[in-house]
Amino acid sequence: MNTPSHASSVVANERGSRARVANWLDRQAPFVFVLPTVLLILAFSIFPLVASAYLSLTRFELGEGGYQLTFTGLRNYVRLFSGSQQYHFTGVFRAPGIVSIATIVIAVLAVIYWFYRYLGSDGRSIMGTLGRSISAAAFLALVWLAANTLGGGGALGSLMVTIFYVVLGVALQFLVGLGLAYLCTLPLRGGRFFRLLFFLPLMVTPVGIAYMFRMMADTSIGPLAPVWSWLGLGQISWAADPWLARLVVVIGDTWQWVPFMFLVMLAALEGTSREQIEAAQLDGASAWRVFRDVTWPSIAPVAASAVLIRLIEAFKIVDLPNVLTNGGPGIATESMTLHAFIEWRALNLGGASAVAYMLFFVSTIACVSFFQFVVRRARGDQ
Amino acid sequence: MNALKRWFVPARLDELPIGGKAIAYLLLGFWSLVVLFPLYWMAITSFKLPVDVSTGPLYIPFVDFEPHLDAWHYIFVDLGPDTYRPYMNSLIVATCGTAASVFLGSMAAYALARIEYRPPVAAVGLGVLLIALLIAAVAWGHVDLRIALAVALALFFLLLRPIVRRARRHLSNDDILFWVVSQRILPPVVTVIPIYLTFRDVGLLDTHLALIITYATANLPIVVWLMFDFFDGVPREIEESAQIDGATRFSILFGIVLPLVAPGLVATGLLVLILSWNEYLFALFLTTANAQTMPLLVAAQNATRGPQWWNMSVLILIMILPVMLLTLTLQRFIVRGILVGAVKG
Repeated sequence: MNTPSHASSVVANERGSRARVANWLDRQAPFVFVLPTVLLILAFSIFPLVASAYLSLTRFELGEGGYQLTFTGLRNYVRLFSGSQQYHFTGVFRAPGIVSIATIVIAVLAVIYWFYRYLGSDGRSIMGTLGRSISAAAFLALVWLAANTLGGGGALGSLMVTIFYVVLGVALQFLVGLGLAYLCTLPLRGGRFFRLLFFLPLMVTPVGIAYMFRMMADTSIGPLAPVWSWLGLGQISWAADPWLARLVVVIGDTWQWVPFMFLVMLAALEGTSREQIEAAQLDGASAWRVFRDVTWPSIAPVAASAVLIRLIEAFKIVDLPNVLTNGGPGIATESMTLHAFIEWRALNLGGASAVAYMLFFVSTIACVSFFQFVVRRARGDQ
Repeated sequence: MNALKRWFVPARLDELPIGGKAIAYLLLGFWSLVVLFPLYWMAITSFKLPVDVSTGPLYIPFVDFEPHLDAWHYIFVDLGPDTYRPYMNSLIVATCGTAASVFLGSMAAYALARIEYRPPVAAVGLGVLLIALLIAAVAWGHVDLRIALAVALALFFLLLRPIVRRARRHLSNDDILFWVVSQRILPPVVTVIPIYLTFRDVGLLDTHLALIITYATANLPIVVWLMFDFFDGVPREIEESAQIDGATRFSILFGIVLPLVAPGLVATGLLVLILSWNEYLFALFLTTANAQTMPLLVAAQNATRGPQWWNMSVLILIMILPVMLLTLTLQRFIVRGILVGAVKG
């Protein structure tokens, strides 16, 4: 029975069915390639996003063998703005002063002027007006909040603290990164060494950075203690002062993320045309004018993209404030993510979801606005 | 006056004046100090005894204080398993999560770079509608999730054909790419609470698998974004001739194209690996003891018995040393990975 011809036909048969399977797979390849990615994102990104929206409208209670969700409408959000969580999220309001009123008036005037210019231009559209209205409303709300909680008996809530981290942190990272990148394009020895060195902080785990900067900021046994006492600041405890504590968090974040800006801006600077710069130099332009008129226009698109990438990530800050200061003193250094975590730990899942959703709104509006009004203009496709 | 001028005006155009050079070196040196000093301080603190830390700052080993291995001994021998377990957890979760997201993300990125997709807008709308109905039915109608899911899937496939046949408006590859990449804007804290509840229901809390799945998903946008660009840069002719020879799409991707973009693959993989290795938020929500990762162990040092700088320093050092070694050896790749993302924008 076991003749060679039979054996070969079995093999051929097997090969045939395997080929058929391979053939079928090949025809389905377009789906097989993208399906896992799409399914994973649907299941662990889109579904949680929707479920979170629902959770934020409910009260969560642990019950027998599980949990119960009771629909409560917008109560969790109302609490953040005018209820028991107001001090925590929006902050403690101060009595309005001249400066705060002036700030709000200036912001309103600036927005009106912005709209006036946009509606007078040729590129206006309904969608553009709508988008600008959303951005302007968010901007004015934040300015109003800042004017009413900064200084004079007010206190910041986690919303403004997050904005503070994002704005100051990203601005510092960009400026320092650009400055270092500029220095590294100069004809100096040791450029490669500095490039490698400046890259290092990106590899340190954020939790580690938090402890490192806690040591650095310690005024009694930290390495900078002699400097502080020499400056007469030895008695100051940074952990007890809200602004100093926030500043230490921003410094730690900046330490970590300057390398990213440095690398990106270095590549952008090296991509600018040498001929143009040399021509400008020959014309006798000062270094500052060369930078402003020749270098900056050519690196602006990359700069805008790099800031956008950092902006997206900066809103998610949590490990640094959690480990560095535990959110303290009080709640002074709590970012919105940390605020949501604390609510979650107290088993208030509805409240935690509401805070998370506010972060989602704020960061999305900020990032999309930045993309529409800064990145696209910098790229010149307005 | 002339002497002063020589300080600030270069002799030749491609050279810096001496004064400018001095300022540049001063600034570069200052930032080098800013970068190195905290790392140096942590390194020497790991060799200090508690008494060396509490008596105030001591800067130079062998001169100011006698280095000891006590902290290292404590972490590796006294704590032993309590150190190794989170370390192994981190290793497993980071490598598996990275492997999964690089594998799946590259396939998707390759497909988006090469195959034209035209999903009808109506079909996507149908999906969204059914998901909304599903959630409403489960949340308010108290329908069993499994039954609702089966009905929704059946309806979807039943209605899909007529909708596809009649569709006029289609989405393009760019839309899909944008949809995937835009997931990065989503703050993880928004998704983590429902993920926590889901894993709680299926009993996956505090397991490796839970973290691997969330890390793989969270990093997919980065992988697709970066790899799309690398695949887009490969000339199509090579694949076309292979296709004529009868090679399948899978063998073309894994046999021909992936080796061509190997540097990009390494860059992307490293970036994702570092992100997963340092990830804090998901681990904070989803693990308690068994699957606890290193960032949590380091963070927990705070809560136990006041800040024990020497032990923390050891833990942080063993966390960052492998990353540094890996990155320094593969430095060229990872820099490229970061640049592709930002420069392309």
